[in-house]
Amino acid sequence: MAIEGADLVKAAAFIGAGLSMGLGAIGPGVGEGMVAAKACEAIGKNPREAGLLTRTMLVGQAVSESTGIYSLVIALLLLFVV
Amino acid sequence: MATDFEPIIRLSAYIGGGIAMGLGAVGAAIGEGYTAAEANMAVSRNPKISGDIFKNMLVGQAVAESASIFALVIAILLLFLETPSAGELKAAALFGAGLCMGFGAIGSGVGSGFPGGNACSGISRQPAATSRLTTNMLIGSAVCQTPAIFSMVVALMLIFMDFGKAPTFPTWAALIGAGVSTGLAAIGSGYGGGLAAGASCEGIARQPESVGNVTTIMLVGQAVAQTPSIFGLLVSFVLLFKSFPESTALSASMALLAAGLSTGFGGIGPGIGNGMAAEGAVRWVARNTEHAGDLMRTMLVGQAVSQSTAIYAMVISLILIFVV
Repeated sequence: MAIEGADLVKAAAFIGAGLSMGLGAIGPGVGEGMVAAKACEAIGKNPREAGLLTRTMLVGQAVSESTGIYSLVIALLLLFVV
Repeated sequence: MATDFEPIIRLSAYIGGGIAMGLGAVGAAIGEGYTAAEANMAVSRNPKISGDIFKNMLVGQAVAESASIFALVIAILLLFLETPSAGELKAAALFGAGLCMGFGAIGSGVGSGFPGGNACSGISRQPAATSRLTTNMLIGSAVCQTPAIFSMVVALMLIFMDFGKAPTFPTWAALIGAGVSTGLAAIGSGYGGGLAAGASCEGIARQPESVGNVTTIMLVGQAVAQTPSIFGLLVSFVLLFKSFPESTALSASMALLAAGLSTGFGGIGPGIGNGMAAEGAVRWVARNTEHAGDLMRTMLVGQAVSQSTAIYAMVISLILIFVV
């Protein structure tokens, strides 16, 4: 099969999109899990503050999520814009 | 063009078999080593019941071993199976089967070691709870094996399905992508499920009467931790059963391969993260049983957020398969 320049660029963009989202999902997944584990620990120690702790957990996770969203944006850019 | 595909098929079957067993041995060995290490500590703490600890260690290790036995079965099939439907696609399918089983056994092997080790150390602290600990260990480590079983299912489908009529390009990439997707996604789920099961054995040893609550929340947490590997399985099935129009463009093939890589890698992190959240919740339910409801709720919310990146990865995979 003959590989043309435009085809090669598209192929690279697709692989890049897959790797961007795939590898980019690892960090936030683990990080948010750590946050949730510590939130459970804190609620176990001090159940009266469950509401405050849940809120803190969600804010922390949202920040940790941001790199996953960057990966998603880059993947979508590679798929549809570049 | 009458090409003889037999040498190419054998070549990829042998490479696939090597990968399946080589990678497949990693996880179980680490997990069983952890179990044995904890068992040694347990015997030194309480030498009088070394017999019970030894028995429990062997049972725990046997369950952890199963992931690598799956890999052994797939490797033997790849080495010795005659493939009647010879075609170049079969070569891609056999290579994909090897990748799938090799990666897929890593997480379950490591993960199943945690409940085994923690049950041994629990027995040395609370000999009265031995049977409860062994039961809980078996439930927990059996659930850990699920991702490895998904990988074996996909590997067997890749080995035995007939791809005779599908166009070689781009179906070859779909077959390798199907293997990579389930295989990689299984790593996180297997490991994460093990973290939850390990914490539950530790918790039961600390508070044997909390066993009902602890086992329940462990199972809920493990079930959520399995989700990324189910996403991987889903993408694999789409790649296996959808028929793709013939296209010799490189980009058509790479889109399907990238779909497998995205869900596969994307499942690793959320699987481990969900397991960590479940580990935290299970550990503290054992210490603080009356707040099990609060802990379960926080665990599920935390896991849901941690799951989101696996869902993004699956969306990108589905876009790569169906849209571009």
